[in-house]
Amino acid sequence: MRYLPHTPEEIREMLAVIGRNDIDDLFASIPADCRFDGAIPVPTAMTEWQLGALMRDIAATMTVGPDHCVLVGAGRYHHHIPEIVRSLAGRSEFLTSYTPYQPEMAQGTLQGIFEYQTLTARLLGLDVANASLYDGASALAEGLLMGLRVARHGRRVAVSMAVHPHYREVVRSYLRPTGYEIIELPFGPDGRTDLSPLQGVDGLAAVAIQSPNFFGVVEDLKEAADPVHAAGALLVAAFTEPLAFGLYRNPGRCGADIACGEGQSLGLPVSFGGAALGMFACRGEYVRSMPGRLVGETVDLEGRRGFVLTLSTREQHIRREKATSNICSNQGLCALTTAIYMASLGGSGLRQLARHNYDLSEYLKAGLVAAGAELVFSGPTFNEFVLRFAGDFAPVRQRLQDRGIVAGIDIGGCSPPHAGCYLFCVTEKVTKKDLDTVISEVRA
Amino acid sequence: MKELSELDFPETVRYTEDHEWAAVDGEIVRIGVSDYAQDQLGDIVYVEMPEIGDIFEKGDEFGTLESVKAVSEIYMPVGGEVVAVNEALVDTPEMINQDPYGAWIVEIRVTDVGEYDELMSAEDYIEMLRG
Amino acid sequence: MNGTVGASGLILNEPLLWEKGSKGRRGMSMVAAEVPNAPVDADLCDEGPDFPDLSEIDVVRHYTRLSQWNFGVDSGMYPLGSCTMKYNPKLNDRLAATPEIACVHPMLDDACSQGALRIMFELQEFLAAITGLDAVSLQPSAGAQGELAGMLIFAAWFESRGERRTKILIPDTAHGTNPASAALCGFTPVPLKSGADGRLAVDTVAAVMDGETAGIMLTNPNTLGIFESNIRAIAAVVHAGGGLVYGDGANLNAIMGIADARKCGIDVMHLNLHKTFSTPHGGGGPGAGPVCVVKALEPFLPAPRVMRDEGGYRLAAGGAESIGRLHAFHGNFSVLVRAWSYIRSMGPEDLRQASRLAVLNANYLKARLQGTLHLPYGQPSLHECVFSDLLQHGAGITTLDIAKRLIDYGYHPPTIYFPLVVPGAIMIEPTETECRDDLDQFVAALQAVVQEARDNPELLRQAPVRTKLRRLDETRAARHPCLRG
Repeated sequence: MRYLPHTPEEIREMLAVIGRNDIDDLFASIPADCRFDGAIPVPTAMTEWQLGALMRDIAATMTVGPDHCVLVGAGRYHHHIPEIVRSLAGRSEFLTSYTPYQPEMAQGTLQGIFEYQTLTARLLGLDVANASLYDGASALAEGLLMGLRVARHGRRVAVSMAVHPHYREVVRSYLRPTGYEIIELPFGPDGRTDLSPLQGVDGLAAVAIQSPNFFGVVEDLKEAADPVHAAGALLVAAFTEPLAFGLYRNPGRCGADIACGEGQSLGLPVSFGGAALGMFACRGEYVRSMPGRLVGETVDLEGRRGFVLTLSTREQHIRREKATSNICSNQGLCALTTAIYMASLGGSGLRQLARHNYDLSEYLKAGLVAAGAELVFSGPTFNEFVLRFAGDFAPVRQRLQDRGIVAGIDIGGCSPPHAGCYLFCVTEKVTKKDLDTVISEVRA
Repeated sequence: MKELSELDFPETVRYTEDHEWAAVDGEIVRIGVSDYAQDQLGDIVYVEMPEIGDIFEKGDEFGTLESVKAVSEIYMPVGGEVVAVNEALVDTPEMINQDPYGAWIVEIRVTDVGEYDELMSAEDYIEMLRG
Repeated sequence: MNGTVGASGLILNEPLLWEKGSKGRRGMSMVAAEVPNAPVDADLCDEGPDFPDLSEIDVVRHYTRLSQWNFGVDSGMYPLGSCTMKYNPKLNDRLAATPEIACVHPMLDDACSQGALRIMFELQEFLAAITGLDAVSLQPSAGAQGELAGMLIFAAWFESRGERRTKILIPDTAHGTNPASAALCGFTPVPLKSGADGRLAVDTVAAVMDGETAGIMLTNPNTLGIFESNIRAIAAVVHAGGGLVYGDGANLNAIMGIADARKCGIDVMHLNLHKTFSTPHGGGGPGAGPVCVVKALEPFLPAPRVMRDEGGYRLAAGGAESIGRLHAFHGNFSVLVRAWSYIRSMGPEDLRQASRLAVLNANYLKARLQGTLHLPYGQPSLHECVFSDLLQHGAGITTLDIAKRLIDYGYHPPTIYFPLVVPGAIMIEPTETECRDDLDQFVAALQAVVQEARDNPELLRQAPVRTKLRRLDETRAARHPCLRG
């Protein structure tokens, strides 16, 4: 097998050095009653071309392909990924290296992540960002747990029901063993969070609001910051579409204390929902309570600038049961990939791309409303919005899918009160022609 | 790390098994860590301290000392209320390495002075370290 | 240092991103606007982030130079104990990038995504087959999250039986994520001392197992590379006390097709796809940490999972007992595809052979390094072996110095200062993808370093000297953190 380099002669010679006759002798410490019975029941090995052919067969069963126009977001976004992002992130020195615990031979990763931390902190408008967490959902859970650590006497957190339903599920999974209470905050007809249930609540440590939220609506985080802080809690701003901050005010400048969300939009393929990138940033005063790895700047013996993993004493390998989190890996390559994307896009490019997404989305929204659809929420949006149709939209949607366009998704599955409502997403990958096709099918 | 003979253990303070030192002045007890402790820990990068007004019992953990690669909890030699914390340690934690007996960490209004008398003398502490 | 792997070369300097570029430069083409600007509420808007503007070539030169400061498995040997830095097959990367599966959205109807679901379903089956356990969830994003899932399953199991247990037994050889994961779930870790032979004794466990103990977290083989041969008896004690056994699968590379996790008495186990199953480490992720359980615990697995029936493959929501969702979607799919491709490429015989050769390689290194480095435990070890710097103390040389000098010789150092039970530990895991000649060259390098420790120890204390930077001031980085530009 091409990944196993040993020849029978080499094996014999190595055994002779060890002083054994057979490789099996090396496993004598494994008792008979722990032994595997027979061969592992997995399929026979395939050669490279057999496996390539199998993958082609599998690919052929996928009915929505790369040439489809997919008007679906809901936490995972189709954006154009520049060719250099793929080729640079795929360099084997980045791809096949380990966590940078030996900094002298890992300055590529370390400077790359330091740059990622900087761009992320600037994007989110906060003092410090970590080297990433697993995804937006676990980042939100970690953000709330961090809020509970910082607010020494906190016992409860509040989460808006306009946060992505999957994110709320993950938060529940993480918080269940802690006994902390989760207050759910409703949203109004404008699609924005209603903070009034927080009146008179005590022991509140953190309040999580997503913006743009699951319905695509942009929350007024600036308005929310004061009542949240007055209640003695931290404002945790979640997000699934960070491109929005190329147009709308970022969480830090709105008064958020922690910003945590998903970075996939910034250069990662949609890839059936994973791998992902948990972006996480907070105010400087809370840095020692922050979970995850951190890269810091320093100098070497000759005074030259370099980078190292730092503030490691917060982490599991030192603090063990008192760690700020159990996290070990981050999403190193994903973080580097988004840094390359942000570097390619630049400040001017990000602003232009965000505006482009917004304009295309508003065009479809206006066109569909004129064709008879009803906008479910009145609040401002970025590149997603929710519509309700007069008749049954399913057959129209099927016709569009046959023409290569996936027109939104019915969000009733993950938000039962909104059965029959469709969440649409429009990005720069969609042409005006595609949008006009959708509008004309709906009008018909 | 140094040999025992190279370290300082002044007789003017008392010691605990966990390597804190305590110095009494009326109702107030000043607390820090011994030369042995700072030598073992290496370069101290951060000191986590309690807040004024916090109340602890003898043996409670009241803070931590962090070096680059390790964290050490610090425990109360006596019970009482925190009346002062050494703010200088926030910016210059290395003072503990440079001057372990000058760089106090907290001052406590002690509940029971008897607890102070139970602490080890310098001689007993050195004996403990040797053994 | 003639004839060594390590050499000096031309390495280029490169500034930080915001130290280069020019306002207005572009690294990405923008599509021409086809629709008019729509009105937007100015009160909600802002200027956007302060990012540098760079051209495409600026970005390419930047990251190409940065990559050349790095060292990957593709560059050279990476004998990091407990990390299993084996070769990352390129075919796996290519298949994961297959356009039809790389572009698919996770919220579409199952009928649209049968191919992707099939890959996940098959991987679930493969991992169950390899461990001997019954049911698998591919949701956890990393080993640590797999452990969290395991601990949440423990808690949910006891809750379903109306019990509340508060303690978890954890041997002193455990990885730091074990007690951290246990604590996250509200359990108090109870440390257990391993015996002088490096193994956990049944009596040690029996002495503390009680009605408040939820169970035990074990790594097998343990972080000394030694098989916990008492594991069945230990599991029996824990089960008899009403507890569960968690297996940390980080060291699975030693025993594929040779030991059966279920027969060992394990109830819940996580796997590290970025270790045993060849998916790339990426400089610190992404990985994947699937969790496997015995049938009785299947209802508690994180959801959704992939099921198959006459209609095809589908994502099944969890039942009432599931610990819930841990990932925003279905798991780190791009990592899962690579592991699926690896298992399909290896097949049953070569997976087993991989473990046999991993163990051969580690034992070969152990035999050849006798006398060069101190071996604290004389027991047979499997895929990794742990040495210490005891023999170098006389020269005032530490494990750290040895590691840093090895870098000059062209190797990533082994894992150092772990496990904690060995002071100055040097944990070496070559994996099966290193050939004998490369192992011999590694031995020669280590022997040369040890010789230098005797003849000219200053060479070690000053090392590394051939890297782009010398030793870095970690104290300064921690005292005066500068975490961004």
